[in-house]
Amino acid sequence: MGKYKGQSRLVLKPKSTQEVSQIMKHCWERRIGVVPQGGNTGLVEGGGVPVKDEVVLNLGSMNKVRSFDPVSGALVADAGCVLEVLSQHIAPHGYIMPIDLGAKGSCHIGGNVATNAGGLRLLRYGSLHGTVLGLEVVLPDGTIIDQLSTLRKDNTGYDLKQLFIGAEGTLGIITGVSILTPPMPQSTNNLVLALNSFENVLPIFKKTRARLSEILSAFEYFDRNAYELVVKHKLGKPLAEDEIADAPAFVLVETSGGNKEHDEAKLQEFLEEVMSDESLVKTGVLAQATEQFQQLWALRESIPEAVSKEGKAYKYDISVPVSTFESVVAKTRERLQEKGLYQTPGGVREVVGYGHIGDGNLHLNVVAEKYSDEIEAALEPFVYELVESHRGSISAEHGIGLMKAHALHYSKSKESIALMKKIKNVFDERGIMNPGKVLE
Amino acid sequence: MRPSSARLLNILVPIKRSIDYAVKIRVNPQQTGVETNVKHSMNPFDEIGVEEAVRLREKLKDAVKNITVVTIGPTKANEMLRTALAMGADKGIHIEIPETLSPEPLGVAKALKEVVNKEKPDLVILGKQAIDDDAGQTGQMLAGLMGWSQATFASKVEVDEPRGVVTVTREVDGGLQKVECKLPAIVTTDLRLNEPRYTSLPNIMKAKKKPIEKLSAEELGVDLRPRLETVKVTEPPKRKGGAKVESVDELVAKLKEAGVA
Repeated sequence: MGKYKGQSRLVLKPKSTQEVSQIMKHCWERRIGVVPQGGNTGLVEGGGVPVKDEVVLNLGSMNKVRSFDPVSGALVADAGCVLEVLSQHIAPHGYIMPIDLGAKGSCHIGGNVATNAGGLRLLRYGSLHGTVLGLEVVLPDGTIIDQLSTLRKDNTGYDLKQLFIGAEGTLGIITGVSILTPPMPQSTNNLVLALNSFENVLPIFKKTRARLSEILSAFEYFDRNAYELVVKHKLGKPLAEDEIADAPAFVLVETSGGNKEHDEAKLQEFLEEVMSDESLVKTGVLAQATEQFQQLWALRESIPEAVSKEGKAYKYDISVPVSTFESVVAKTRERLQEKGLYQTPGGVREVVGYGHIGDGNLHLNVVAEKYSDEIEAALEPFVYELVESHRGSISAEHGIGLMKAHALHYSKSKESIALMKKIKNVFDERGIMNPGKVLE
Repeated sequence: MRPSSARLLNILVPIKRSIDYAVKIRVNPQQTGVETNVKHSMNPFDEIGVEEAVRLREKLKDAVKNITVVTIGPTKANEMLRTALAMGADKGIHIEIPETLSPEPLGVAKALKEVVNKEKPDLVILGKQAIDDDAGQTGQMLAGLMGWSQATFASKVEVDEPRGVVTVTREVDGGLQKVECKLPAIVTTDLRLNEPRYTSLPNIMKAKKKPIEKLSAEELGVDLRPRLETVKVTEPPKRKGGAKVESVDELVAKLKEAGVA
């Protein structure tokens, strides 16, 4: 994001787990810091970006699929495989990757696991803590831990792989991933609803879950400001202006199922119920063909791109109760107004909110003309305290990295952080693995 | 010729249910055709036709009396009519045929001729082609059978309703051509004519109450059976990847080998 700049003088691109192990052994002996790097798509500068002059270890050359079982759907691949390439590899067998995110064309599966990436399919297929079956990891001293199991059940001792999922490369380097892939849905539909008020999001979410039950695969929220940014930067095709009128909130609902007729019957029933109550929904659009399906997704998926076209963004990826989504955005805007920084020259242009209702994950983006200490001081620790007041998480899916290490204590107790430090010490007593990230 | 003063326009838009443009086409194992158990939607050029009819009404208001959409297809083609009705058409006609039957342009044009004689539209807007067979003949054949004016590959359509003419800008090789046709006329749509709207939920609900008339080929007295026999369908040969050559000599040798130079 251009906020941090490393000064590393060396990038290594190992081709095998053995090579990674040899590099780590060497660095361990000489106490050289190492930063593992995947597709460089992270948002908190966790992997990839060195703090000082650490060696960058780029896994891009480890990009082979090791095995795929078309019966169980278990996929074993090198950590440097690009997510989209894996999707294409398993598609002919009728499977899809259990995670999907905007950066799919360049992010690596190893990086996804190391950061416990969330994304658009989490509501349906759960987090990587559930779908990852096993990992191959090189520890800071060069030891190779091979746990590339393809078993779904394995209750033998501590489940060590879980420690590496979301550790952001601070405990070791993930070199191989075994992951369970779900069958490809035979029928997908989506629709966008323009709501009369934010208060309607939860009643509609409840109805959606009740009516669409097992075929519901995404329930996404975006506020009017986010929608307007996408339309302004021509990244999505707008809905009819006279129909949406002053709708302050939008939701996108996606269904994936195995039988088109069955899914459509369910959708019809759901729509009739939602549309019959005029206080709930102003209008909506149901995709009639694949092109429209993609156009509707673009309205939601293009928000990050629209935000970066609008200006410099302060991005907060937080977990808070869904009922507070709107008020968190409003309070942040009020705070900036109080400080005289909202829509003033050199100040903040817009505050937008969007996210995954299904997972209680809100993306709060503050778009400014330029990064400034004043804005940062107005936002931090304000936003973190706001999140803490709702017992939320200051990083729902982007991780902690370098950018948010100082704020970890807003979401984790002193005791928890102390235990994390002990664990870090067990794996890496010399402190060479991705120094400065997650734990200060 | 009909009287030209203060008339009301009737528009007919034929639409086809075809394989969705985003679906990867696969040849069936029997090599008799392509896999049809995939997502279908309205032929994109026909969708442009429906959109244009609705826009003409938005522009000419009450001068457009009726927009009728017609499809020839299996039971499921009904969904395409519902989509068109949700976009703003008033009435649907479904000429139902078995899923296995795939009529050819001449058969379709003959059936449409009967529908035109029955519905008496002043303007028929068709897609310039369907993206499944890519024949691109139906509009022209219908114009021939009716003895009407035709303007194909339209990128702009303007109706001067008191004068009873339609002015169509056509996309031709090397530029744009403007033609004026006396109504009744046949227009076929090109990609740049318009961008079809979303079908909004309130309109989808309203469309459920709009009438769809069912007709059969027998009732219309037309034979939709194809005249051509498909012998075999195969996939195009896989593209071979390129390779780097070390020198100009090698390049020339390779070109000679390939019979290029």
